[in-house]
Amino acid sequence: MAVTEKYVGQPVLRKEDPELLTGQARYTDNLVAPGMVWMSVVRSPYAHARIKRIDTSSAGAMPGVLGVYTAADLEGEWGGPLPFVWPITEDIKVPVHWPLTKDKARFQGDGVAVIVAETRGQAADAAEAVEVEWEPLDAVLELEEAAHDDVVIHEDLGTNVVVHWSHGGGGDQSIFDTADVVVKERYLGPRVIPNAIEPRACLVQPVPAMGEFTLFSTTQIPHIARVTLGGTCNIAESKLRVVAPDVGGGFGSKLNVYAEEALALVLARRLQRPVKWVETRSENFLATIHGRGVIHDVEVAATSEGKILGFRVKELADMGAYYQLLTPGIPELGGWVYMGPYDVQAYWYEFTGIVTNATPTDAYRGAGRPEATYVLERAVDAVARKLGMDPAEVRRISLAPKFTEAKTSVMGLNIDSGNYPETFEKALALAGYDALRAEQRERRDRGDVRQLGIGLSSYIEMCGLAPSNILGALRYAAGGWDACTVQCLPDGKVVLKIGTSPHGQGHVTTWAQIAADTLGVSPDDIEVFHGDTSVAPLGMDTYGSRSVSVGATALHFALEKIKEKARVLAAHELEASEEDLEFEGGTFRVKGAPESARTITDLAASAWHAHDIPAGFEPNLEATAVWDPPNFTWPAGTHICVVEVDTETGDTDVLRYVAVDDCGTVINPMIVDGQVHGGVAQGIAEALYEEALYDEHGNLMTSSLTQYLVPAASEMPSFELDRTVTPSTTNPLGVKGIGEAGTIASPPAVVNAVLDAIGHLGVSSIDKPVTPERVWRAIQEAKGGAA
Amino acid sequence: MTHVSVTVNGVPREADVEPRTLLVYFLRENLGLTGTNVGCDTSSCGACTVHLDGESVKSCTILAVQADGREVTTIEGMASDGRLHPLQEAFHRNHGLQCGYCTPGMIMAASSYLEEHPTPTEAQVRESLEGNLCRCTGYHNIVKSVLDAASQMSGAGA
Repeated sequence: MAVTEKYVGQPVLRKEDPELLTGQARYTDNLVAPGMVWMSVVRSPYAHARIKRIDTSSAGAMPGVLGVYTAADLEGEWGGPLPFVWPITEDIKVPVHWPLTKDKARFQGDGVAVIVAETRGQAADAAEAVEVEWEPLDAVLELEEAAHDDVVIHEDLGTNVVVHWSHGGGGDQSIFDTADVVVKERYLGPRVIPNAIEPRACLVQPVPAMGEFTLFSTTQIPHIARVTLGGTCNIAESKLRVVAPDVGGGFGSKLNVYAEEALALVLARRLQRPVKWVETRSENFLATIHGRGVIHDVEVAATSEGKILGFRVKELADMGAYYQLLTPGIPELGGWVYMGPYDVQAYWYEFTGIVTNATPTDAYRGAGRPEATYVLERAVDAVARKLGMDPAEVRRISLAPKFTEAKTSVMGLNIDSGNYPETFEKALALAGYDALRAEQRERRDRGDVRQLGIGLSSYIEMCGLAPSNILGALRYAAGGWDACTVQCLPDGKVVLKIGTSPHGQGHVTTWAQIAADTLGVSPDDIEVFHGDTSVAPLGMDTYGSRSVSVGATALHFALEKIKEKARVLAAHELEASEEDLEFEGGTFRVKGAPESARTITDLAASAWHAHDIPAGFEPNLEATAVWDPPNFTWPAGTHICVVEVDTETGDTDVLRYVAVDDCGTVINPMIVDGQVHGGVAQGIAEALYEEALYDEHGNLMTSSLTQYLVPAASEMPSFELDRTVTPSTTNPLGVKGIGEAGTIASPPAVVNAVLDAIGHLGVSSIDKPVTPERVWRAIQEAKGGAA
Repeated sequence: MTHVSVTVNGVPREADVEPRTLLVYFLRENLGLTGTNVGCDTSSCGACTVHLDGESVKSCTILAVQADGREVTTIEGMASDGRLHPLQEAFHRNHGLQCGYCTPGMIMAASSYLEEHPTPTEAQVRESLEGNLCRCTGYHNIVKSVLDAASQMSGAGA
């Protein structure tokens, strides 16, 4: 029976939930294999130290230990170093990064040896017993200090300054000399630690006689892991299957290929036994990538009326001790949005990447675009402050007008569509902006201890990674397409096999909604298979808010192919010409004779038994499409944060948070809102609470959840959401992506709100995270008191 | 090795464990109940929350031997007679989970809280969950789910 209900646009409850709600989820740490042994990594306690000697004898003699291996012991296993796939310039310097370091540790947590033992406890105990004689070296953590090269971290490179990338500029640079107002500011974007609640884990199951391996991993990128780990570990891609089972959050931290995956693979090969490794949270703080870690110098030019004319930005970016998969590509990714949603005439962006004795940085939710948005939105507020204007008014007169066809930005790329003024005005209306300003004035007039602050942030993001030809031009090693196979089974059920790989985003439900509408079935009739390179062999995985705009568009085109194939069979069975068939809600009808009909379900059965099919018709109703997007997608929005700052203690309370986003067509509004909630919370955390702090020796001082404040429900407000819908012109669904918007928009909204609350006390700048101590000190300094 | 007998989700279970075995690993690795997740090693994240004699505890903070002779309820024991617990239903209805990793702990913590505070305010729910971290939802829909479940449960009891 065909279903005619439309599911796209509806808040369909998630198909993913039942196993997750009942304790039946298949996270990597839940998997066991017969004969499985445990791996544990010995890590450097020093940020920078030469290895003089490693004595593994006592560890090797401990109960249950099957082997202790140093870099030298594994020398012959590797096809190459750990993967790094984005050499963004021709002359980039690439630090060699082995799964275990050979000569010296370059950050606290650098792996120096690995244990395999029969049990988890035995592996951990033996790791403690490995004796390493270290020669501690001076560590460099600060970017500008590291750039002096007094301490060189990779001697073979001769310098810590490893890459310089310039966008090259766009528009009229003379504006920075001639504009009425040019404001120059410096903003710090400290390191943050992603902290997906599921730590990383992997399990390798070998089939030694066949030279085959299955790697189960907490990864966002099973396909990319397969091709790159094959290279690192000398395994033909065809012999390696990578499975991302249920994955407990990623936020970019699992958009990577890590040493432990490579080590588990080669040790499973050597020992001919399944090898499992599970990260502790303390290891996660050290050995999983960090995000951000940047210093920006910005010049913003504006007219005396407050119209923003251009941004010129120079950034220093902390690479950490090595590159992980994409490291220097992250600032570059941000390098395409330093115009924001504004109608600017001049654009300049360049960055310098510097290695330090700290954990490698890489993609953290938003990846370059939160860093950019923070700079722009702080700078726009700085212009408003300089001109004595309402920051809303500066934005209102500076936002680019509505456009519904793709148009070239001053930054050089085509933007698909946008209606920034509508989104902006809707956010102001939802917040009750004028009333908030009135309340702020009252509190100021009466000298209230608790001052109100209203912070704005208007953003644009570049999603839908990516047109393969642009990735090629940017020197990224792979393409940006994705793929989907649709199989209509003879029992009326449908299987989708897709190359994107979710970890909480609700893809299964979302993709099922899209397919259900086309095929005239219920989402309950659809199974979505993903995250397994044997089941869905073609794919480029999930990151950069690409899954809906690339993956679901591949699904859309596979469904189109199914329709066209089914039409041939329907015409045959109905004895009509294909042109005389109408298709609606999964049913073909003969025009003018609606009782003559065949559903996709009927046709799936007849295509399967193939008893009576037209000449040349391939049995089965199945189709695959690969979609390479012609452009990126460009979501945008305006967020407003309302804070109350206690001017005596410096404490900030987020009273309200309003987010109006435009991600194009919305497939499932419930899921889209959920993505915004989570993203905003991470951004509020970045603005108020989170910062990776190292001491001068490179010890990570915020090395557990007791010292690093991941906020709980009690620190978060409820969120007030609305949206506008400006369909993308990049893909036929009109979708743009929503996974990162919240994290991109929110940090400057929060910091601008705090500054707005205490600006009248003479405070004009403050750094993230805006802790009570920082606020209190800023107020004391502004008062001229000792702070 | 030490012998431990615990009634888990109403079923007597026993095993010989190393004395240092934490309750969470006893549940996961000795009993195969992997619904209780491990998210940290500092008792900060609450992913491993279970009920011990009806009270919510972080099962990484106590040893399996300390649970000897006592009753433990895990997420696997929350549905009864083929019906989800009202909190499980409410989390589904309100999109109170994304990746699901914190969800068992959230549900166990919330159910214990609602036993004692059947009609909480939003602020009370937020305070009650401060020992449980979620990185996906921003807590918005978790709080909504718990309030919804509270209203369903108190309504059902009326």
